[in-house]
Amino acid sequence: MSWLDVFRGKSKPPPSAGAAKERLQIVLAHERISRTGDDFLPRLQKELIQVVARYVAIDPKAVNISLDRGGDMSTLAIEVELPAPEKPKPGAAAAKPDELGKPADSKAEAGQKAS
Amino acid sequence: MAQVIVVTSGKGGVGKTTSSAAFATGLAQSGKKTVVIDFDVGLRNLDLIMGVERRVVFDIVNVISGEARLNQALIRDKRVDTLSILPASQTRDKDALTKEGVAQIIDELSQEFDYIVCDSPAGIEKGALLALYFADQAIVVTNPEVSSVRDSDRILGVLQSKSRRAEEKKDPVKEHLLVTRYAPERVEKGEMLKLEDIREILAIPLLGVIPESESVLKASNTGSPVILDDVSNAGQAYKDAVARFLGEDRPHRFIEPEKRGFLSRLFGGRAA
Repeated sequence: MSWLDVFRGKSKPPPSAGAAKERLQIVLAHERISRTGDDFLPRLQKELIQVVARYVAIDPKAVNISLDRGGDMSTLAIEVELPAPEKPKPGAAAAKPDELGKPADSKAEAGQKAS
Repeated sequence: MAQVIVVTSGKGGVGKTTSSAAFATGLAQSGKKTVVIDFDVGLRNLDLIMGVERRVVFDIVNVISGEARLNQALIRDKRVDTLSILPASQTRDKDALTKEGVAQIIDELSQEFDYIVCDSPAGIEKGALLALYFADQAIVVTNPEVSSVRDSDRILGVLQSKSRRAEEKKDPVKEHLLVTRYAPERVEKGEMLKLEDIREILAIPLLGVIPESESVLKASNTGSPVILDDVSNAGQAYKDAVARFLGEDRPHRFIEPEKRGFLSRLFGGRAA
């Protein structure tokens, strides 16, 4: 700063580099977690399917797992499509084919606080 | 076997092409046989920065599609005889680059050259992924600015998961930080991220700091890599970075504000 600035009436703005560093550290901490966090989702999905499949017959492709992070909350959503209950009279040929194949939707959601 | 170096950043406009041109020229000046490849298909600019735009006949896409041989597409630099340039295509769409095609080109170039410098396009799309896929070393170009640092962090994650070395579970890609457009005067005033802050956040070894310099624009205006301008701060800083890359131990320069004379301090204005 030159002494001429005194006459130009310049006031010193607050230094902003500190804010830049702080904001970066926070945003990157979040992004790095979600980057590494992606890795366990396929394993989680596989193991969950194994557990659920022990009790009901499910189509492994009809399982959807997503992890969302927003603010200080993380939401783990697990969606499992359960097959339609077996028809009471297996011999009945009158039923329409599209009624037979239609699965019933079942949705389970679990919320979890982020650390 | 050649070393494959990718110059990448995630964010656009931080100085990837300027750095690729300077770095490749510097390596070639050190006697290393060097080729620099432009991966920015559709938006090629390395040819302009290297000053060979009027000598482009064939490009990387022509080679991949079999319309030209690699030797026909390579442009020999007239200033440094160990340097060649492989331009990107300006007209074809991005899908023209294929992993197999690039693999074959890198393989063929490896027979002849010591260093293959890959100038990555911005973003994390196909062109950028292909530019870094074959890399042994990565130069991550970062400006002292939040969006650039964030994108550099992101591209480091990509290098660690999507490169061939990562996929084949070999030793990871060696990462180098190159901070460009650094203005020590603004850092001193607290207006710009400090070098130490960037190093702390990205946590990869520092290869060099290129000061903000008018000579970079002058160099691109004339199509002469800034490293050839050895009186400029930026040119000298690139020279230091290349020397460090080749194993020399050189102190970092141009990271403190220049000492200004009594008169210039009294009357303000920019330091020369």
